[in-house]
Amino acid sequence: MKTFTILIVDDSAAMRSLLVSTLETLGTIATVQAPNGFEALRMLPREQVDLVLTDINMPDINGLELLSFIRSNPMYKDVPVVVISTEGSRKDIEKGLSLGANEYLVKPFQPEQLLEIVKRFL
Amino acid sequence: MSSSSPPSSDAARDFLAEAEEIVEELGTQLADLADMAEKGAWEPDLLNAIFRGAHSLKGLAGMFGFGMIAETAHHAENLLDWLRMGKISLTPAVLELLFSSATLLTTLLRACVDGTLDQHQAAASAHASAIAACLNPVEPVSAPPLLEQLGLSDSLMGALTEYEEHRLKENCSKGRHIYVVHASFELTTFDQGLAELTDILKGCGEVISTLPSVGERIETHIDFDLLVGTDRNEQELSALLKHLDVSILLAGAAKGDTKAAALSDRADFQPVAVTASTPETADAPVALSASELPSASPEEAFSAKSMSRTVRVDIGKLDELMNIVGELVLAHSSISSIANRMRTEGFSRMAIDLGKAAKGLERRLTDLQKGVMDIRMIPVGQLYEKMSRIVRKISREQGKKIELKLYGAETELDKLIVEDIADPLMHIIRNAIDHGIESPERRMASGKDERGTVRLSSFQKGNHVVIEVEDDGAGIDLEKVKQKALSKGLVQDINGMSDREALDLIFMPGFSTADTITDISGRGVGMDVVRNNIAAVSGMVDIETRLGQGSRFTIILPITLAIIKALIIFCAGRTYAIPITSVVESLILEPADIKTVEGKEVINLREQTLPLLRLERLFRVERVGINPGEQYVVVVGSAEKRLGIVVDDLLGQQDIVIKPLGPAFRALRGISGAADLGDQRTILVLDAGGIIAETMRGSGA
Repeated sequence: MKTFTILIVDDSAAMRSLLVSTLETLGTIATVQAPNGFEALRMLPREQVDLVLTDINMPDINGLELLSFIRSNPMYKDVPVVVISTEGSRKDIEKGLSLGANEYLVKPFQPEQLLEIVKRFL
Repeated sequence: MSSSSPPSSDAARDFLAEAEEIVEELGTQLADLADMAEKGAWEPDLLNAIFRGAHSLKGLAGMFGFGMIAETAHHAENLLDWLRMGKISLTPAVLELLFSSATLLTTLLRACVDGTLDQHQAAASAHASAIAACLNPVEPVSAPPLLEQLGLSDSLMGALTEYEEHRLKENCSKGRHIYVVHASFELTTFDQGLAELTDILKGCGEVISTLPSVGERIETHIDFDLLVGTDRNEQELSALLKHLDVSILLAGAAKGDTKAAALSDRADFQPVAVTASTPETADAPVALSASELPSASPEEAFSAKSMSRTVRVDIGKLDELMNIVGELVLAHSSISSIANRMRTEGFSRMAIDLGKAAKGLERRLTDLQKGVMDIRMIPVGQLYEKMSRIVRKISREQGKKIELKLYGAETELDKLIVEDIADPLMHIIRNAIDHGIESPERRMASGKDERGTVRLSSFQKGNHVVIEVEDDGAGIDLEKVKQKALSKGLVQDINGMSDREALDLIFMPGFSTADTITDISGRGVGMDVVRNNIAAVSGMVDIETRLGQGSRFTIILPITLAIIKALIIFCAGRTYAIPITSVVESLILEPADIKTVEGKEVINLREQTLPLLRLERLFRVERVGINPGEQYVVVVGSAEKRLGIVVDDLLGQQDIVIKPLGPAFRALRGISGAADLGDQRTILVLDAGGIIAETMRGSGA
């Protein structure tokens, strides 16, 4: 059976490793990391990604742009995307969801919140 | 702000390392911002980067459970957000607050390590109130522009963050043109392509958003829509991007009060790539009531109209047109010569009338030729922008301080030549920085300004354009060059080699002066390729150098390739053309003047030795026909690098259209193409630069 692969997109290395160490408690998953939207775009065709966790505020290609790309590309449009952002206003959340995000998680969050969401996609 | 469970010490270390980096960066960026603010204008991109720093720090600190740092970062972020959204202006007081935020954050981070965070609560609260007191929105000066009128696609608008939307409005308000630049890149290398595109666009405006999108080739390619605000018109923008495979759509070009009219004019968001047909100003919308329209001063009316006054045309169409003009010119010369023959053969009345008609045709043709040529002309300045980006990039990479001085940006050159000269020019400039300009320390040590200078100048000189690249670096060490050539087996003997000959070694295939191949110049492209590329557009390149003082590369180019003036010569039974750009003078050869130096023929021309070249020997062809009586010498070349080509007859000057030879003849040295003489004869066009190179190498004459 293929391992469940999660792509983590965040420009903060500390944030990425925090996410990885939280997700590792789930056991059977693999994680790949991208420090920005660019790298994420490169990884999508290379890795068989089952779930994307992305930050919004990143240079050049932001999380919303990445999300919009994933949803418009027939090859990835069914990959679930969870937006993890410090932007927590209603407007921001609505924007993320209207672009096709499956979940919107506002930073800071408790590890259990993240795990609960991710488990739904396993 | 809530905090998560206490982080492990490993995670805390990760956090501190990154947080420190962010705060340090904040300090530098704020200093840059202050510098810019002093000069009156700051980059939105820089402010946004600072905002992003504060934003990341807030998110990070929150996640890792450092509430007070998250709070402080949050207030700074807030202040920065108001700034970048234009709700407050960047006053010295605001700047001061930002600096003190960075200082406070540094203090707090240090306190994290010491475990004394609690002691700073009061300072943090005071700082928060100081920021809160600052957040009084300025009254918006004018109503925000209506973005709907730009007619941008939903997918593009939908993915804009609030900030990007704000930047879009700002760009509209400033009267900038808004474009959507669409590009398609291969998946494996898209980051390079996108970076290059983004660099160019940032150089002439603002990239508001980069939206990846799905194109036709989803398996192998990725497409991008870049939303750009710039003052450049479509023509200028497309010229800047011509070497990239992109399409440009004009979303709207608002200017001051005419915005509404201008935008609704374009509401249907038409592609700019209009082919030459009907002007579209005729069908202006009538829906706007007179009261809505601003008082139409002539200037404003012009601004709305000018958008549709430019026509983008495929260069291929211009080529075709130029070819036809070229053929017409040739047809005209046959008519003229018929008229001349008729006159000498006694058909006087008709001959004179035909001659007159031919003259009239000639005048019109000259106008037509000039008109078509003008369309192809673009200012060299477009190359300059590319070059200055490269200079900035390389000097940053190499830690050298370089000032690029640009002169003659308005000099015009055929678009195709500008295109073809970009790479060689870039290479010469790279060389100048890489091998020429010394490190700041070395420059100081030799009493020079630590900042090196590269001068890029262009000017028209007669029928050609000269581009010079001059640096005040170390110059070229000719001894080193000779040794290198010797050790590489490029030459057998360097004794008695003149400086000029030594300099020419640089252009030999397989030569590179760099002791270590650096990333910059060591790209496998040698100066021989540079010279060949320049010769391919009938140009020549020459170097002058002074050890310790710098070098100068001079590139001489025809103004256009489409039609060039050439000297038609006859030699050993064959006819050739020499582009007039390479001809210095021609003179009658007195056989008695010919001397022999080391087995090579030379003559003395105004106290200088001029080597002679016999084409039949260079091309190893048999002489056809009888030996000529009087012979001529056509002096070609530039500066000290001259050569006399011995010819049997000078047949006069003529406009010719150079057609490239097929790929099979590409390796042929000394020939740059073929041309049609208009009397059914096709002749070869000599490449003077190549012939000189060949001769200097000793395989020729």
